[in-house]
Parts: sequence; structure tokens; C-alpha cells
Amino acid sequence: MHGVFDIIGPVMIGPSSSHTAGAVRLGRMAFKILGEPAVKAEISLSGSFAKTGRGHGTDKALIAGIMGFLPDDERIRNALEIAKRHGLDYSFESVNIRDAHPNTAKIYLIGVTGRTAKLIGASIGGGNIRVTNIDGYDVDITGQYPVLVTIHRDRPGVITQVTSILAKYEVNIAFMHVSRQSRGETAMMIMELDETPTDEVVEACQEVYEVRKAFSIPAVL
Amino acid sequence: MISFNTISDIIKITREESVTFSDVIITYETHSQQKPRTEIIADMYGNWDVMKTAIVNGLQTSEKSFSGLTGGDAVRLNAHAGKSLLGYAAGTAEAAAVAVAERNAAMGRIVACPTAGSCGILPAVLYALQLWHDNISDEQIVLSMFTAAGIGMVIEQNACIAGAEGGCQAECGTAAAMSAGAAVDLMGGTPDMIADAAALALKNLLGLVCDPVAGLVEVPCVKRNGFDAVHALVAADMALAGVHSVIPVDEVIDAMSRIGSALPTSLRETAMGGLATTSTGQAAAKKILTMA
Repeated sequence: MHGVFDIIGPVMIGPSSSHTAGAVRLGRMAFKILGEPAVKAEISLSGSFAKTGRGHGTDKALIAGIMGFLPDDERIRNALEIAKRHGLDYSFESVNIRDAHPNTAKIYLIGVTGRTAKLIGASIGGGNIRVTNIDGYDVDITGQYPVLVTIHRDRPGVITQVTSILAKYEVNIAFMHVSRQSRGETAMMIMELDETPTDEVVEACQEVYEVRKAFSIPAVL
Repeated sequence: MISFNTISDIIKITREESVTFSDVIITYETHSQQKPRTEIIADMYGNWDVMKTAIVNGLQTSEKSFSGLTGGDAVRLNAHAGKSLLGYAAGTAEAAAVAVAERNAAMGRIVACPTAGSCGILPAVLYALQLWHDNISDEQIVLSMFTAAGIGMVIEQNACIAGAEGGCQAECGTAAAMSAGAAVDLMGGTPDMIADAAALALKNLLGLVCDPVAGLVEVPCVKRNGFDAVHALVAADMALAGVHSVIPVDEVIDAMSRIGSALPTSLRETAMGGLATTSTGQAAAKKILTMA
């Protein structure tokens, strides 16, 4: 059973929990993955996001999230003007992503230092989100938990090494998903955790020989 | 650990433990969140503050939504509230519910209750009762909100609260049931009366479809919040008068769930039927799609 504050709550900016609040969270997730302020955002909207997005303020909500706003921030309605003032260059297009959830967005960000992040996610109702692809890797993240991500070589033993680091620092894994582009090449591991991993944990994972990149994404809800 | 799946479970606990309806819900939440009671109650105070701010702002502004379909009616209703055919409390409830729903449509700050589309009903009922009855404290209001939440939790558990799943009966119907129960609680009614009020309110909104123009949370949603706030007060009046619902509330919730599943997709928030496909509705949708 859901809690009291799932029924009376959340506090949010209207008009729609899925088209507005969920869209802010998708934008925030992309911002957290990028890890720095964005200077360019290319956004593709699919399904109902594309069809009713303007009237629901989905465009403003996504940009607000990309600037790091929370779903109850009253500046969301002015997000497009604020973005222009802050030098965030954005564009929207309508696309048809086959077999995607009706409220799906594809977000491509370029940050101030030139870093990039790519995300595909959907707003699945009640302000909840599901991110299905990060930087080309299939994932399944809800944003309800902090996440630790490793990009590593697809070799036996890498998972054990990373999870023993988590064990050593007493970080519990709630959900876990491993995917790869092809056998023996680059793989990605996504761990949803019960607590936010410290920089020390992320650095220790980064030092594992086969790990190319380790980073964490805080919970966005 | 306290647990319940139905309204009758909650009522059974109130009898066995000699506690109020809202106590059961507060105790459940303190256990499940592992937070002290004072913190849980403070969080609800925060929601009540946001609700009151939305009402006060909404009653003062005629700002239109982006689509231009809604905005300005709360001000009209507020000016008329003193002359309401239904009396001051109902007149205030109409105006306050539309005020919050208009804020929602214009990207203002609201509390989803249980959803954004039905966010005006509970705040309006509580606000109207506090304004037109002596000695209703904010603390009593906040406690009654836990009663409302309990009703909503049971409905979500055994039916649904999303228009896309069950039509508007799941959103505004649930909000009206929650509000009727809270109103009875606020007026000192028994747990059985709370259950009757929820049953009566939901029963009379069964079958309500979700057919919003252009898929936006505006037409008919904004004005419907006004109607259903008064609807909740009528249900509360009946229960306080000692009127019983022949069908018990848990069975009404089950009926709502089955009716929701039986509704065609075109009437479940897809904008593919009903008001959305009237000629005026389609013309509005076409215009919004081309707006700069």
C-alpha cells in the first residue's frame, strides 16, 4: 500500500503529474547524469508528450529539470526565459519512438566543459519516471534510489570486484542490472542503492582495473 | 505493526484500540516511514499551507492558462459566493475548488489530492468548513486530512486513482469520497459515518468518464472540481444526518474498480471520445496545437 503522502501529495506545479512533475524529474535526471550545468539541450518528444506537451507545459518542465529545479519550483512556468538568460540553448522536436511509453522524451545535453549525456525516459504516471537508456545503454532506473553506474570491459570477475567494494563500505544494493553492447567489449552495470555512495566508494570502483568509468546519480524524487 | 486493506479494517481497529479514524492512519504512517508522529503531522501541515496559499492566490487572480481555456471563474464565483443559492459554505467551496484547479491549469503550485486533476476538492471543502464554522482549528483540519488520506489509500489499493485507468470517477470520485469523510470527521462524526459519507460520495460519481478537451487538465476538470466539492458536502450532510449507504463503502470501491475496467479506452484520458471529440472540443485542440 502507498503512503499518506502519495495520496495527499506531492506538492507540485500543475497541471499534470505525468506531463509536468514527471517531466521535471526526467530533466533533473539528465542534469544529474551530465553532472554540470548544460549549455545545449536537444529534446525529442514522443507520443502524448509530443501531442499535448505544449498545453501541459512539458517543454518548460523538462528545461526546468535540466536546470536542476524541483517539481514544486514556481519558476517552472518561466523556465524557457530563465534558460535563455542563463545561456542554455535548447531545441524541441516531435519524433515517433516505436514501442515506447506514450510519455517518452529523448534528451541530449552538452555541459559547460563539453561533457555530454544522452537519456531516454518516460513519465509513467503520478509524477513517477522510468529511464530506459543512458548513453546508448539499456537501463531501468526509477530515480527513487541513488544509482551507481560502472562502464567496464565485459570480463569475468568485474562485478564481484565492484560489489565487494560496496560490501566493504556497507552499501546495500536494492536493484541491479548489467548490459553490454557486445561480448567482450564495453559493458554497463547499474546498481540502485539504499544510500548515496560516497566519493570514496565511487573512486574505489573507478580504480578497479577493468572499469573505465564509475559515477553515481543521486535520487531525483 | 498496524495494517489495513479496507475501510472496514480501519473501522475495526478504531473499535478494538479505542482510537479515532485519523489515529489509525497516522500510526500506520509513522510505522511505515519510521518517523515520529510529530514529524508526520508537521508534513501534513506543510501540505495544508500549500493548499491554503493556492486557494487565496486563485481567488484573486483571473490569469488564463496557456491554452486560454480556463482562468477567471474563481474570481467570478468568489464575488457571487455571498449570494449563492446553496448558502455561504457551499458558495465558498465552489469558488475555492475552482480557484485551486485554475492555479493548477496555469502552472501554479498545488498539492495532488489524490491527483493534480482533482486537486481542488479536498482543500475547498476544508477551507469552506473552517471559514463558516466556529472553532475549527488548523490542527483539526490537519488531522481530518489523515482520514481523507486513509480513504484514498484504500481506494488506490483496491481500485485506482488515475483517470487513464478508471476514468474521472477514480480521480474526482476518490477526491469527493476523501473530502466527504474528512468533513464528517471534522464535524465530529463517527468512523461509521465517515465510511457512509465516503460510500455516498463515490457511489454518486460512479461511471464518470475522463474525456478532457485537447487532453489538457482543464475542460471539464476545473469546473468539475467546483461541483464535486459541493457534492462531497452533500454526502457529508447525509452521513451526519444518519443516512446509511445501502452498499457498504468497500463494495462501492470494488464496483468503481470494475466499472473503470469496463470503460472504453476512448473515455479514459485519451481525448478520443466524449467532450474531447465534440466539434468545439476538436476546434480547441486544433488551435492549441498550432499555438506559438
